[in-house]
Amino acid sequence: MKHVLKPSQYAILVAIMLSASVGDSFLKRGMDEVGAVNVHHLGLLWHALFNPYVDIGIVLLIIFFATYTTALSWADLTFVMPATAFGYVVIALMGRFWLHEQLSLSRWMGILLIVGAVGFVAGGPSRTEHPELDQMDAGAGR
Amino acid sequence: MTVSPAVHVWSAILFVAVLAVIGEVMIASGMRQLGDLDDIRASRGLGGAIVAVLTNARFVIGALCMALNFFSMLFALSIANLSLAGPAIAALTYVGNAVAAKFFLRERVDRRRWLATMCVVVGVILLSH
Repeated sequence: MKHVLKPSQYAILVAIMLSASVGDSFLKRGMDEVGAVNVHHLGLLWHALFNPYVDIGIVLLIIFFATYTTALSWADLTFVMPATAFGYVVIALMGRFWLHEQLSLSRWMGILLIVGAVGFVAGGPSRTEHPELDQMDAGAGR
Repeated sequence: MTVSPAVHVWSAILFVAVLAVIGEVMIASGMRQLGDLDDIRASRGLGGAIVAVLTNARFVIGALCMALNFFSMLFALSIANLSLAGPAIAALTYVGNAVAAKFFLRERVDRRRWLATMCVVVGVILLSH
């Protein structure tokens, strides 16, 4: 039974929480420098690839996709989901402490709810065991 | 007969959310089929693990849905406000994922996970205000 996560698996979950949100922030920063892209200025997308912020953002989003995929190989989708939502909290807190934006009461409530959701799910099993289904899959898929 | 703009906007939002749910469920199903990637990496190396993932049909279909989701999201954002489309798509995707995980992936979505899903949905909506 794999209900207890290894430290490396916790590290993967933390990477999921951080990579998407920090990656999005880098992309946003980079695209602000590149300028607005529309149908008439599609060439700007090529230009964007040479912006270092955009490049870091793309690398972080690739890391997100790789860690997310890895987590789904040993945990349920409904277990990993709150971890992806935690990215919103990271973005809000970065805005608060890095960009010194004011957070309204409703945003603090939102942060509390998502943190609570991660806590609820983390307290339970990470994977629903289906011996009979896994065997069927092993026969069909591998 | 003209269709009201709200119908256009909500159809686009629903379409993006449905694509996201199909994509995530297909990827999750593919990864469940493959088994623990750490074990695969231990026996076949990192390259072997990457090949195993990229040659899994469910994963590839899921990834294609996610790519389509990305472009349809751009379209949705061009006809709807970010402050409406962003949280609406995220909230619908989280609820849709929980329902699809229960019925298609046969995950045991107990009271704890439903509560967490509802907290995420309300949390995402509050954060976007």
